[in-house]
Amino acid sequence: MEKRELTCIRCPIGCHITVELENGEVKSITGNSCPRGEEYAASEVTHPVRCVTSLVRLKGGSRPVVSVKTKGDVPKEKMMDVVKALKDIELTAPVHIGDIAAENIAGTGVDVIVTSNDD
Amino acid sequence: MTDRKADLIIIGGGPAGLAAAVSARKEGLRDILILERDTRLGGILNQCIHNGFGLHTFKEELTGPEYAARFIRQAEEEKIPYMLDTMVIDISFDPETGLKKVTAMNPGEGIFTIDAKAVILAMGCRERPRGALNIPGYRPAGIYSAGTAQYYVNIEGRMPGKKVVILGSGDIGLIMARRMTYEGAKVLCVAELQPYSGGLKRNIVQCLDDFDIPLLLSHTVVDIKGKERVEGVTIAEVDENRKPIPGTEVFYECDTLMLSCGLIPENELSNKLGVKMNPVTNGAFVNESLETSVPGVFACGNVLHVHDLVDYVSGEAATAGKNAAAYIRGEKNEEGAVINIKTENGVRYSVPSTVRTGNMPDTLTVRFRVGNEYRDTNLAVYLDGKQLMRLPKRVMAPGEMEQIILVKSKVTDIVSEAGTADHELVIRVED
Repeated sequence: MEKRELTCIRCPIGCHITVELENGEVKSITGNSCPRGEEYAASEVTHPVRCVTSLVRLKGGSRPVVSVKTKGDVPKEKMMDVVKALKDIELTAPVHIGDIAAENIAGTGVDVIVTSNDD
Repeated sequence: MTDRKADLIIIGGGPAGLAAAVSARKEGLRDILILERDTRLGGILNQCIHNGFGLHTFKEELTGPEYAARFIRQAEEEKIPYMLDTMVIDISFDPETGLKKVTAMNPGEGIFTIDAKAVILAMGCRERPRGALNIPGYRPAGIYSAGTAQYYVNIEGRMPGKKVVILGSGDIGLIMARRMTYEGAKVLCVAELQPYSGGLKRNIVQCLDDFDIPLLLSHTVVDIKGKERVEGVTIAEVDENRKPIPGTEVFYECDTLMLSCGLIPENELSNKLGVKMNPVTNGAFVNESLETSVPGVFACGNVLHVHDLVDYVSGEAATAGKNAAAYIRGEKNEEGAVINIKTENGVRYSVPSTVRTGNMPDTLTVRFRVGNEYRDTNLAVYLDGKQLMRLPKRVMAPGEMEQIILVKSKVTDIVSEAGTADHELVIRVED
């Protein structure tokens, strides 16, 4: 039986949740004080995901970089792959919020979109 | 010599100033002017490229620039005039006319003045610098406040260093721990003087735990090595009096020290104007209308008290904008009782600090912070000695702002019974 300890981030209480796993399957979740904590813990131990926010280079803009984010969540273990793949991308101004900076970043199936305007 | 006039001048075009402007316009106020010292609107949000903004306001998680863009678009749709690259250097109040004279300057026009009927202070805050932290050691290059480093990385696209120690667990420091890791730097640890973190839980999980960056609570930097450039820092554990414990020193080799040790409202203009300041928040004392001690001068956002969530800034600023519009329309009903809000037993301050019942809306949000971590306690509120509410609280922490909502009908019932002019509302932590 594997035991995982985590801090719930669904609200400011920050419950200390203990999850017991067997062969990757959740056996029990304790320490949470609401159903949202259970949901968070289950997802966090089986397939944790994150939204990645970073920068890409920008040509001809008011600044040398422009901010971007993954349009949806990517698997947590792919975060650094996503950030590394973004290093090879250069956009040309003008760019606007929502423009696609990269498709299917690092093979995650998730697109990366621009989050700042630079005319 | 006065060059021009405006009904309402808003100082600062960040999240507070923009929300105040949009709200005042929706109240029908036509003659508004925003003065912004940066080259663009949006304030600090432009460099906060991480997500988590707007969960309350827009029910979705936006990045800082996206959140700012929504308010900038509203301001542009409402055709609210603004001046960029414009620094306000003085505000003065003429008690005879009630007008506020705003002196500002920019590269195109030099120095000019504008007479305003009302002013909203929305200048935001700045970081506590190294000089205010009493860290011994040399003054080499490589020491940055976290927000300055954030500007270098996110706006200028430059890296301030490769091996980083962060002092202070404020949210910007936590966010920068992740940013620097994404950009290829190694973040060795975050040291926090207090026995609890100053930042939000979600940032500790997503910015430190995700990258195995240790958070050293009750630790501080006791020495900085390096003459030209930071070569390393010594970190020691501190006792309950925050004094370093001899023998606990550990040397960390690094080229960069980032400081995330608190934010201070930027109130030089307010001080010069003679606004009465709260020494706890370093922001103005305000009444229920978010009006300062100077009539027709309102304050909102981080210049009033430092917030954790921009959503609350936008809400507060909208209230200030609405009340400034009412002031300009001449609707100032000062009749009714005055309630002074007293905070004690763990509650450090409140915004507002006074309530004039004649101007109180049906429900009034009072925001405050506690001075320590509290588990399984109650928030008790008394008005003229009578208990108004008692809210059980699982957890309260200095890093997370709290609020109560006062219902006007309940307040006026108690106040009218007492029959005196001055009243006291007490907010405190109880077992």
